[in-house]
Amino acid sequence: ILSVLQFRNFKIIYRRYAGLYFCICVDVNDNNLAYLEAIHNFVEVLNEYFHNVCELDLVFNFYKVYTVVDEMFLAGEIRETSQTKVLKQLLMLQSLE
Amino acid sequence: MPAVSKGDGMRGLAVFISDIRNCKSKEAEIKRINKELANIRSKFKGDKALDGYSKKKYVCKLLFIFLLGHDIDFGHMEAVNLLSSNKYTEKQIGYLFISVLVNSNSELIRLINNAIKNDLASRNPTFMCLALHCIANVGSREMGEAFAADIPRILVAGDSMDSVKQSAALCLLRLYKASPDLVPMGEWTARVVHLLNDQHMGVVTAAVSLITCLCKKNPDDFKTCISLAVSRLSRIVSSASTDLQDYTYYFVPAPWLSVKLLRLLQCYPPPEDAAVKGRLVECLETVLNKAQEPPKSKKVQHSNAKNAILFETISLIIHYDSEPNLLVRACNQLGQFLQHRETNLRYLALESMCTLASSEFSHEAVKTHIDTVINALKTERDVSVRQRAADLLYAMCDRSNAKQIVSEMLRYLETADYAIREEIVLKVAILAEKYAVDYSWYVDTILNLIRIAGDYVSEEVWYRVLQIVTNRDDVQGYAAKTVFEALQAPACHENMVKVGGYILGEFGNLIAGDPRSSPPVQFSLLHSKFHLCSVATRALLLSTYIKFINLFPETKATIQAVLRAGSQLRNADVELQQRAVEYLTLSSVASTDVLATVLEEMPPFPERESSILAKLKRKKGPGAGSALDDGRRDPSSNDINGGVEPTPSTVSTPSPSADLLGLRAAPPPAAPPASAGAGNLLVDVFDGPAAQPSLGPTPEEAFLSELEPPAPESPMALLADPAPAADPGPEDIGPPIPEADELLNKFVCKNNGVLFENQLLQIGVKSEFRQNLGRMYLFYGNKTSVQFQNFSPTVVHPGDLQTQLAVQTKRVAAQVDGGAQVQQVLNIECLRDFLTPPLLSVRFRYGGAPQAFTLKLPVTINKFFQPTEMAAQDFFQRWKQLSLPQQEAQKIFKANHPMDAEVTKAKLLGFGSALLDNVDPNPENFVGAGIIQTKALQVGCLLRLEPNAQAQMYRLTLRTSKEPVSRHLCELLAQQF
Repeated sequence: ILSVLQFRNFKIIYRRYAGLYFCICVDVNDNNLAYLEAIHNFVEVLNEYFHNVCELDLVFNFYKVYTVVDEMFLAGEIRETSQTKVLKQLLMLQSLE
Repeated sequence: MPAVSKGDGMRGLAVFISDIRNCKSKEAEIKRINKELANIRSKFKGDKALDGYSKKKYVCKLLFIFLLGHDIDFGHMEAVNLLSSNKYTEKQIGYLFISVLVNSNSELIRLINNAIKNDLASRNPTFMCLALHCIANVGSREMGEAFAADIPRILVAGDSMDSVKQSAALCLLRLYKASPDLVPMGEWTARVVHLLNDQHMGVVTAAVSLITCLCKKNPDDFKTCISLAVSRLSRIVSSASTDLQDYTYYFVPAPWLSVKLLRLLQCYPPPEDAAVKGRLVECLETVLNKAQEPPKSKKVQHSNAKNAILFETISLIIHYDSEPNLLVRACNQLGQFLQHRETNLRYLALESMCTLASSEFSHEAVKTHIDTVINALKTERDVSVRQRAADLLYAMCDRSNAKQIVSEMLRYLETADYAIREEIVLKVAILAEKYAVDYSWYVDTILNLIRIAGDYVSEEVWYRVLQIVTNRDDVQGYAAKTVFEALQAPACHENMVKVGGYILGEFGNLIAGDPRSSPPVQFSLLHSKFHLCSVATRALLLSTYIKFINLFPETKATIQAVLRAGSQLRNADVELQQRAVEYLTLSSVASTDVLATVLEEMPPFPERESSILAKLKRKKGPGAGSALDDGRRDPSSNDINGGVEPTPSTVSTPSPSADLLGLRAAPPPAAPPASAGAGNLLVDVFDGPAAQPSLGPTPEEAFLSELEPPAPESPMALLADPAPAADPGPEDIGPPIPEADELLNKFVCKNNGVLFENQLLQIGVKSEFRQNLGRMYLFYGNKTSVQFQNFSPTVVHPGDLQTQLAVQTKRVAAQVDGGAQVQQVLNIECLRDFLTPPLLSVRFRYGGAPQAFTLKLPVTINKFFQPTEMAAQDFFQRWKQLSLPQQEAQKIFKANHPMDAEVTKAKLLGFGSALLDNVDPNPENFVGAGIIQTKALQVGCLLRLEPNAQAQMYRLTLRTSKEPVSRHLCELLAQQF
């Protein structure tokens, strides 16, 4: 299955996990596969952080999902790709009051 | 690793979310939400001060309600309060709320900025990151103004933590994209480049994005990044699959960073330094080599990450377009992917190959895959993939394979998805024209297009076939015969009737000798379709009929009867009625000679870019540019088929309209609907200035009536809808760009052309002047793939000009899509003589960045020249009458261009004056006369230009009844030689 869609002057790269679609909207000349794997990298971090993540984790902890996003993507760019580093940072934040 | 479980943290929130999820209906959900909103409101308003935890919980609930799609109009103040909490969780919720529900209340913004300022200064990396993320997510101008100067400092400070540096880099990127003017360049930029050497790969990852963005605007300032990027890339590419530990993803070392570095390098030409270049080529080869190695994992993540780098490497190789060896290797690699079982790879391979096809080094290699691509067009299940296959076939097409590709695309058209039919039609039409060896093949192809997909054949396509047939004697007979045959089909598409009607009207005589297609047969064949056609087609057919009366006098009685029929003469449609009435009268009143002159065969069309190509570019946007670009790999094709054959332009404008039509462009500047004169339908077809419609007086009349002075009330109507709501006064707009005068000079002697062009925008001009009136069409072409926002071109009258020149503009759309073009019509009236041209101020936002510049509108006093013919003695008499010293202006100047009498003549004619022969005793000299028409007065002008070939000098003398006009005209004209 193709995992890219033209959207206006952009394209949407998407990947499906169970009932959820994860989508990233990028410029048409951006690298498809790199963003496709960025989605997967993100999902693996969620999986580790929420221990076998499921849709409900994301709903009930939506405000934490934002934190995970900010660690990995910022200003429309990839910020950090190391799962170890991201998880370490998330755990540190988790320990704060 | 401890997991986060639901409910940890805020219990009340979890309960609320559960309640919402348990709602059985939308109404129940709304009820529950309203209850919660009331509860939160009362808590916020209550006397009891809320503790931080409650505040956080309620703000979080509000956020959740907002995310469900409901409006939230309170809670901002409580969220702002959370920002100053010193507990991370409270602060985080506060920042999140602010980022998601940005509010433009200025008091709030002041408080928010204050909180951000404190956090940035806190030296607590967690708080600093929260503040930076908020700025990066909001990215507003206010935040830019407050922090753009601080962030570079945080970014390069020696004591900033790595995570802070990462966030600062991307925060700065966001602010720069939103408001580049707010980010001061300075000493920090050099240090940012050195972040490419940072030990922390995350810092490098963030920094590369920032540098890639900054270097696009200031390539020289960031040039040092090339060698640093190459050495970083080289270290990654040559590392073993486990060397980079944290940054290895499924056995691929740092795939995202590699991709970013390769993209950074695409901002620059190949490295100049041989050592750096050698190292880079080595990297690129290594990537290509690795693609051939057996995979280290069967997981798709592994191959995707590896191929992400591979595709970016190929992009860089294509960008350099200088290493034939690498280009061919890239092509072979993509060829393997064309047959891969992964759809994504096939899609990407087709996409990349499209750009490879336009490189002279790899064009041939791409062509070897033609069968696979044709197969993809036939068998791929996803329409996007088929579309890419069609794009690639188009890109790889050349003279050698055009017939095969065109016939495959025609075959595909029969079953193609509706969404892409029009595009395929355009592509087939372009290829058929460009690679036509014999034009009968071209005509057959276009008629096939109409047969197979008539509904998708746009005007541009059938106009074009008419233009080509008109310009090529050798195909006219064949075209007439072929359309005649095509029209025999019991059901033929209306577009076929249009083409047939037009061609038979022009060239039906070429097949009239054959009794099977004698004039009466031709007529009754066409007329049998008449009643089923739309008004536009019927109007065209009526014109064909009047042409028949001229071509074939024997049809006159039959056709007059048709025109006379009540259904035509009293047709409810005014266009048809007018044609019927006028043509009937023309055919009865005019003598054969007059008829033959009026209905003379159409003159050839001027050479220009195919309107179809322009349309395809508009459709696809400049992204498709490389594939559409023809000149590069097959320069010879331009000469033969690039456009219709050049024909000497007969218009008074000396320069052919070529550059204007080189615009990506231009729906023909169709007359506004108000003046739907009989000629309009056809004028659209003609579209070029050279093609003075020879159809009769009507088109000409329409032209004049459009230029008639507006009735007293009509300016009011136009003013009711003035161009921009707030017409910026001259003080609001910047000074004209430095080249403005030079650009203006180009238009003194011509009316059409490209006025301005930069990387983003092209502005074309097409104008006509009659007496003291003028109409100008400005074409704004967006050359990028990104939409322009707030696009507002305005005409400004500096100084006294307002009383001298009236320019009415229509508002244009505020958004200009990537690759699209908008047209602006200016109605100009010269009230009295003027010296300075109006200014055109163009403003828009491109990718968030405001763009503004000012040009001089090419309206100079000489545009309102009316040439005057006069005999030698009249000339001398007037010359003497204007002998006061202040009435004369003279200039002696050096020739800036070769002194060619023909060119000079053309320029003087373009300038607007009549050229008088046999006036000056010296035949080398030029003498001209004309009257400048303004509303208030007329200014008679006489001019004399004396070339001195030996000295390469000219002497130019102007005499007019008004002193400033003499000087000004002299000034303007002197710069042209």
